[in-house]
Amino acid sequence: MTELLGHYNYWIVIVLMMTGFYTVIARPNLIKKIVGLFIFQTSVFILFISMAKVTGGTAPIIEAGISVYSNPLPHVLILTAIVVSLATTALGLALVVRIREAYGTINEDDIHVQDEED
Amino acid sequence: MLLSNLPALQVVIPLVAAPVCLLLRNPRHAWAWSTVVSWLVLAMALLLVQRVTAGGTLSYAIGAWATPWGIEYRVDMAGALMALIIAAIGAIVMPYAWRSIQHELHKTHTGLFYTCYLLCLTGLLGIVVTGDVFNLFVFLEISSLSSYVLISLGSTRRALTAAYQYLVMGTIGATFILIGVGLLYMMTGTLNMMDLSQRLPEVADTRTIRVAFAFVTVGVSIKLALFPLHIWLPNAYTFAPSVVSAFIAATATKVGVYVLLRFFFTVFGIRFSFAAMHVGEILMLLAVAAILIASLVAVFQDNVKRMLAYSSVAQIGYIILGISLASTAGVSAGMLHLFNHALIKGALFLAMGCIFLRLGSVELKDMHGLARQMPWTMAAFVVGGLSLVGIPLTAGFISKWYLVSAVLADGYWPLAVLVLVSSLLALMYIWRVVEAAYFNVPGAEMRKVKEAPAVMLIPTWLLIGANLYFGVNASLIAGLAQRGADVLIGQALP
Repeated sequence: MTELLGHYNYWIVIVLMMTGFYTVIARPNLIKKIVGLFIFQTSVFILFISMAKVTGGTAPIIEAGISVYSNPLPHVLILTAIVVSLATTALGLALVVRIREAYGTINEDDIHVQDEED
Repeated sequence: MLLSNLPALQVVIPLVAAPVCLLLRNPRHAWAWSTVVSWLVLAMALLLVQRVTAGGTLSYAIGAWATPWGIEYRVDMAGALMALIIAAIGAIVMPYAWRSIQHELHKTHTGLFYTCYLLCLTGLLGIVVTGDVFNLFVFLEISSLSSYVLISLGSTRRALTAAYQYLVMGTIGATFILIGVGLLYMMTGTLNMMDLSQRLPEVADTRTIRVAFAFVTVGVSIKLALFPLHIWLPNAYTFAPSVVSAFIAATATKVGVYVLLRFFFTVFGIRFSFAAMHVGEILMLLAVAAILIASLVAVFQDNVKRMLAYSSVAQIGYIILGISLASTAGVSAGMLHLFNHALIKGALFLAMGCIFLRLGSVELKDMHGLARQMPWTMAAFVVGGLSLVGIPLTAGFISKWYLVSAVLADGYWPLAVLVLVSSLLALMYIWRVVEAAYFNVPGAEMRKVKEAPAVMLIPTWLLIGANLYFGVNASLIAGLAQRGADVLIGQALP
């Protein structure tokens, strides 16, 4: 039981990941898809940050009398990944704006109908 | 001094050139600038191949931080060959781009187009020179984000939805790769590929590593459009501007294959990937499905660009089939086909761009009797098509020959039959275009159509010429592919 609850942050990762993934697949609304994608990516950030935790470790700053530090590298990696995901979200939303201008809708099903008519 | 920094310059030069391109504003200057940069990049890639051939694998520590702590750029034969393909296609496509882009894009977008193109080039080159898995993810995203933009610049509104679809699928793929990288880091504490390959065997028999392997494989398979994860590809290739279709079809999926090779052979190691995880059998099954189904679908397409896109899915199947054998012969056949297919598809999409410039359409029904009006363009298409089918004296024949030999060497004779059958299917869809252009009666509209301008024909014929050259004189590139495969499988001397 403690095994299961002790790793609760990983459970959060899985729940967020599946929520995001489901939203991407199941929602016809293009903006909701992008939001789902963002949640999906965020779950991976938490995964990385969780693995950086060292039990009893402090912030990785050299200080007298402290010998256990958290691993700073995953934080740095995720900082990069956040920038990437931000860029992706911005680009995705920009595309949605253009799609709205061109089709007059942001509903995937309606867009399919219009594409069929072309 | 400059030469010792070559692996880094290969990436840094197009990266720095991209914002300069944005500042230039004037479309003509932006084009001239990016053309010069593309050819410079090609010169560097040739130099890189020459240095790797002469001196073996190059290792470069970014910022002089010692590996495995710092980011390492590591160029071996496989990477150098990929860099050469990307740079060559980029350099050939750029002179062509001017007229084509002027015709297909709004004037305000052209400067931005060249900026995104240079960024895409940066990302693709970065993937093939880096020796760090996280750095690879970042470059993958640089190339992907810029290719989403490039695709969305297509002339119809469907380009927007195609780009959106690619964005969603591509991001899922890239995030899967990121998860895999995270799990690998969790177990080994390193991101350097060589370091990973040494540390992984100790922990290979854990669920975490198996899950990491699965995430990476699926993620990369989305990127390289392995059947059935190819859904983004046909729309993206069909609705993108012609230049972008040619550039992306010839490079982006190939780089995906390269990433797969890197992970399977360098990072996880051939024993874990193929003996423990049985990925060979899975890939072979998917490759066979891709070859058969995508070739069949291609036969029934009326839009020629879409036909070529489905054909690409089938050709990726050939490449993966070679890799799935996990033998030196198989992997080198895969790499050879990777190179030759870049030449073939690049040339065919460029020919389509010429046709789109004059006709404003690439539908079969609009191409009736086109060969009389555009003889050079259609001749290029026919030669490229023959190479795609795999007729002797073309590059396509060489790689199919190697592939069939590799398949037969492992005793899979039904697969050899399959390769031949799907070549017939390729003949069928190429024939449909030939029939429309050469044997159908042209309409009255057709009389006004002129041959494409020389600036577009020459790059197209350069690629066609390369197809013929490497079809006759195959030893050079087959030798490079062989050495690349040796390096990957680990039979080469370090």
